[in-house]
Amino acid sequence: MEKFTQLTSVAAPLPQENVDTDQIIPARFLKTIHRTGLGEHLFAGQRYDAEGKENPNFVLNKPAYRKAGILITLDNLGCGSSREHAPWALLDFGIRCVIAPSFADIFYNNCFKNGILPIRLPKEQCLALMEDAEQGANARFTVDLEAQEITRPDGAVISFEIDPFRRQVLLEGLDDVAQTMRHHEQAIKEFEARPSRAWVPSTQQPTGAQATIGSVAEGDKA
Amino acid sequence: MRNSASPRTLYDKIWDDHVVKTLDDGTSLLYIDRHLLHEVTSPQAFESLRAAGRPVRRPDATMAVADHNVPTSDRSQPVEDPQSRLQIETLEKNVKEFGVPYFPLRSRQQGIVHVVGPEQGVSLPGMTIVCGDSHTSTHGAFGSLAFGIGTSEVEHVLATQTLLQKRSKNMRVRVEGQVAPGVTAKDIMLSIIGHIGTAGGTGHVIEFAGSAIRSLDMAGRMTLCNMSIEAGARAGMVAPDEVTFAYVKGRPFAPKGEAFEQAVAYWKTLASDEGAHFDEEVVLDAADIAPSVTWGTSPEDVLPIDGIVPRPEEAADPARAERIRRTLAYMGLEAGQKIAGTPVDVVFIGSCTNSRIEDLRAAAMVLKGRKVADGVRAMVVPGSGLVRYAAEQEGLDKIFRDAGFEWREAGCSMCLGMNPDKLSAGQRSASTSNRNFEGRQGPDGRTHLCSPTMAAAAAVTGKLCDARDLLGDTLTEGAA
Repeated sequence: MEKFTQLTSVAAPLPQENVDTDQIIPARFLKTIHRTGLGEHLFAGQRYDAEGKENPNFVLNKPAYRKAGILITLDNLGCGSSREHAPWALLDFGIRCVIAPSFADIFYNNCFKNGILPIRLPKEQCLALMEDAEQGANARFTVDLEAQEITRPDGAVISFEIDPFRRQVLLEGLDDVAQTMRHHEQAIKEFEARPSRAWVPSTQQPTGAQATIGSVAEGDKA
Repeated sequence: MRNSASPRTLYDKIWDDHVVKTLDDGTSLLYIDRHLLHEVTSPQAFESLRAAGRPVRRPDATMAVADHNVPTSDRSQPVEDPQSRLQIETLEKNVKEFGVPYFPLRSRQQGIVHVVGPEQGVSLPGMTIVCGDSHTSTHGAFGSLAFGIGTSEVEHVLATQTLLQKRSKNMRVRVEGQVAPGVTAKDIMLSIIGHIGTAGGTGHVIEFAGSAIRSLDMAGRMTLCNMSIEAGARAGMVAPDEVTFAYVKGRPFAPKGEAFEQAVAYWKTLASDEGAHFDEEVVLDAADIAPSVTWGTSPEDVLPIDGIVPRPEEAADPARAERIRRTLAYMGLEAGQKIAGTPVDVVFIGSCTNSRIEDLRAAAMVLKGRKVADGVRAMVVPGSGLVRYAAEQEGLDKIFRDAGFEWREAGCSMCLGMNPDKLSAGQRSASTSNRNFEGRQGPDGRTHLCSPTMAAAAAVTGKLCDARDLLGDTLTEGAA
């Protein structure tokens, strides 16, 4: 995962609530077996018309925001599906920071796993930043994760809160899996050996009976 | 926290029993009992495992099935779409290489992962259950802690059987009393979401309680918990009880004999203690709940079937007014119109929300001896091959086919429009699925969420309507 330390960029304002992950990346683009290449389909439903031509009114199609590294929306950003394709699509487009008054839980988590910084700010501040962002290509913001500060185009500074552990992971670009394996393997082993866990059956073979809503013929098992 | 004397919630107890370790910042390493996999959100996770040379730590706690992307037409043919085929083949290759149990596409056990897990007894009370799918909350109906995760977390669970998690807050939604005949679990859940909003449960795990919930069967409880995510919650749960134990008993992967008795003894300890603290509590009167439909593009846009589509000028603030205007334009509806009578083009009965045998029976009750209205395309997509088989044994397929429904193979199908089953631009559906987002069932498609009973009624009349008007005498016989 790429580190996130500091980002200077224009910000795309999308003044909508409940921007769901189906909007961020519609299901028809989830057939890939890779993480990359989804940027062109980001917000496909709003960004393109039925013939695939760009909708000039959509924010990411406007000249000023075609290289936006920051996206600002209203409440409940990323609600709906757990698809990590949503942050992958944002990342592939070039967005490394998303700002909203509130986020849906799974999307919020998924951002951190991909080096995207999600920032929660009060709604008034989000609206103020959107107003800045409306100024277009000259309105550059600097997001500093170390300092937990956003510098607005006029030089004013807004600070933000973030969980210290998640901040560290982003700053260092740490691999969660390797961290867990390195630091917690013994604890996991001890947990698995607890007698209280003896009741948990295996998924590798049925414990005996057949499904009660219908019998399963032998030939059904491929 | 174990054996703590202070009263605990169902969520607290399952959480405490799965904490491997609590880290300095309060994050916990949580052990995962069941990891369910499907073809869409797992390929990148397996790819990373392979690149790092890591095995799947606990194949015996893992189960895979293809559902999102599978065709629901003729299964004897190869999958036509090359990308879909590659995704399914990739899953098959991965489960083989990593030794993960798998229900093949052509087996009768195949189906929607959230139907298959419970049906097979893979999902059990007291467990932590995850899957790379937000509707994993379904399994909470058993009194388990079940939630959706992203692909990076899928990889983390495959490699370590754990997840780093922050404890959520506790929310209880109590529905007290008895619902009127013809009002279903779907109507209860739509009403709850309409009441608390799509972000109402954010940061919380919801425990559903109260007499109206207790009297639901497992299918109803699954419908309820399934849509917890639509209320923004991390998970939804119902305390396990005799209804739960009776459902689980004898399932292929459930404990048997003495092991089952021991498990039940444990499961009985899980219910929230008297006096346990809930950060939020919402109480609804079951008698107030009517058969419901959504009018807009967010699951919180709920109306009772006799309701009126909102007017932007009556909205609380300008942003909300703007959203209503935008939604009305997208949905092709007029402010202030009655929602009943809105004509539909497509009826979809299926999805992890409502594709179980009980759902099919409820729809069939409306359809028996009736025909789908002219110009309406109606399809039923059973939740699993076993549901489909059971329905055929009961003759439900004949009722659906005689009415003019397409009788499909199991999969996610038109719920998310990944496979060929989708709405075309401007088409309007009555759908038993869970999301009415813009473009969810196909680009520019218009979705009205409702129960199987209401969807069947819409199919017959060609418009959104109160199913109770069609059920007549059967209602008084206790149909729900």
